[in-house]
Amino acid sequence: MRTGSDPIDTLAGEARGERASHRGQSLVTLPLIIVLDGVFYAAVLFLVAAGLTFVYGVTRILNVAHGSLYAVGAYAGASMVLAYLRTGGPLPLVYLALLAGAVLAAVIAGPLVERLLLRPIYGREDVVQLLVTFSLFLILEDAMKLVWGVYPYYVAEPYGLLGTMTVAGVPYARYQLALCAVAVATGGLLWWFVERTRTGRLVVAVTVDREMSAALGVDVSRVYVLAFTAGTLLATLGGALVGPLIAVAPGVSVEAIVLAFAVVVIGGLGSLGGAALGALVVGLTRAAAVHLYPEVELVTVYLIMVAVLLFRPQGLFGEVELRRI
Amino acid sequence: MTRRPGLLAAAALFVAAPFVLPAWAVFLLTLALAKSAVVLAVALLLRGGLVSFGHGLFFASGAYAVGLAMRRLGLHEALLLTALGVAASIAAAGLLGLLIARYRGIFFAMLNLAFSMVAYAVLLKFYDLTGGTDGIGVRTPTILGVAPSGAAARLWLYFYTLALVLPAFYVVHRVWYSPLGYMLRAIRDNEVRVEYMRTSVRRIIYAAYVLSGALSGLGGALAAFRVGHIVPELAYWTTSGEFVFVAVLGGTGSVPGPLVGSIGFEFLKSYASKYAAFTWQMALGAAMLLVILFLPGGLWSLAERLAGKGRPWTWFSKPSG
Repeated sequence: MRTGSDPIDTLAGEARGERASHRGQSLVTLPLIIVLDGVFYAAVLFLVAAGLTFVYGVTRILNVAHGSLYAVGAYAGASMVLAYLRTGGPLPLVYLALLAGAVLAAVIAGPLVERLLLRPIYGREDVVQLLVTFSLFLILEDAMKLVWGVYPYYVAEPYGLLGTMTVAGVPYARYQLALCAVAVATGGLLWWFVERTRTGRLVVAVTVDREMSAALGVDVSRVYVLAFTAGTLLATLGGALVGPLIAVAPGVSVEAIVLAFAVVVIGGLGSLGGAALGALVVGLTRAAAVHLYPEVELVTVYLIMVAVLLFRPQGLFGEVELRRI
Repeated sequence: MTRRPGLLAAAALFVAAPFVLPAWAVFLLTLALAKSAVVLAVALLLRGGLVSFGHGLFFASGAYAVGLAMRRLGLHEALLLTALGVAASIAAAGLLGLLIARYRGIFFAMLNLAFSMVAYAVLLKFYDLTGGTDGIGVRTPTILGVAPSGAAARLWLYFYTLALVLPAFYVVHRVWYSPLGYMLRAIRDNEVRVEYMRTSVRRIIYAAYVLSGALSGLGGALAAFRVGHIVPELAYWTTSGEFVFVAVLGGTGSVPGPLVGSIGFEFLKSYASKYAAFTWQMALGAAMLLVILFLPGGLWSLAERLAGKGRPWTWFSKPSG
């Protein structure tokens, strides 16, 4: 059975399940496999990167601990699922437990981090902001070990429950498809929130001109809490959803933040569309590398990032988007 | 002139230390000296307003150059191996600097992190060359043709490290008061104005970056001699994070900061790994937060303030307004 854990190999350190060999497969199915894997991997990357880029867009702070929040989400989701399974409730509701874990983690961690750590450093030098969020990264790394231990968590129920299907002769896990759908829905929802809702417009207003917004009566500090919590929710949601595909263990955070940063840089820092495009570019390239040239797979993401930085330093989606989140 | 007595006393302390301290403490002191070169490198960049979360890369390249040269080429002369380690790191920094020196702030920090993680993965995966997680064993080198052993080796290595690290500190001290140092400080304050002075900001940052790479390589080579074993973790982000931590804590306004910071850190760490294995990073993070938010000049600035020297220069200004 193909588990499809392959594409997130580097994301999570260790992959579960056996790795299918594609040697000798026909010329038609290999491109299909690459596209399927690539899109799925892009969905995973988008979920992590969207929160990072959203928080940056609003607060102008690159949260180095974003990957840690992703890992917290993965752990929280896994714990909730395990707790739920122990109660013996109906199995399909396990997805609710997974989501509840992510939401709970975000609602607790988001406002706490924003109030305590980010508020004192808005508008400060990059160095200060980086060091403060890096400190949070260090703290969360051990906090996770204290709460969840160092042994990996395998929670495969949400994954196994959906079973597999075949796409033109290629076996494909339905959970992967669901994850892609969630990523698209999340992106759409975020776009709708920012562009079409009143609160979203307020977020944009604060991003563009904080002082003027405050003068017009916008509760700026509330907007910041809200935006950061939303970004945190994206991270924990991504973590919780990817959790069932991987072994959740220490080391997830750093891989996630490095990859998310690469994706965001490729797309353009602060741009949501850029994150989506960056995720697709990275996902497809990496899937192609995994199946065609496994030797270079390790460095593909960084090669793309370097190439983009050299020829288009503001990222593929440029500066116009950057001002608008 | 006023600093002379202090300097002399410090020198005397360093010379006397290995004869007074127990063997394990000399070991730690040697390692701390080696690592202080990397901390100095990170602090040098911090003075320019640049933070690198990936200097473990250059630390590792210095160490691996030593390990590989010893294992593959059969070299054993410490001076030669150290030179190789520094050269390898200069090459790495010279190459990556071409890209990284274009960026500031977020990009500078994260690109360094990204490249160090690539290096970590490469060291891990190229098992045939690097030994993967097993690492490479490094035997005690001969120093100027002399092959010491036992207690003598400990002393040799200590003084060898001291003889290379202290001059490195002096060099950085001089660089800090050279045009390069002033320019670096000016870049931190206002990059555009530096450009208006017809100075290439990128070239200055590149020079500082390569110098910091060289210092890290020196630290890596010396640490490899002392520890006797090198592993991919040298390039891992936790290693880089510790360098940043010590640099911030020691403060970058003064040259002794990184030295005192590294020594304190190394001894504290050896105790902490016994009592607080799972809360070590957490303690580092919390301590760093407190220092950044409340004591931006680092711990050393506290000592200087107590000594009545006034407010030292810090690597970032107070928040305006």
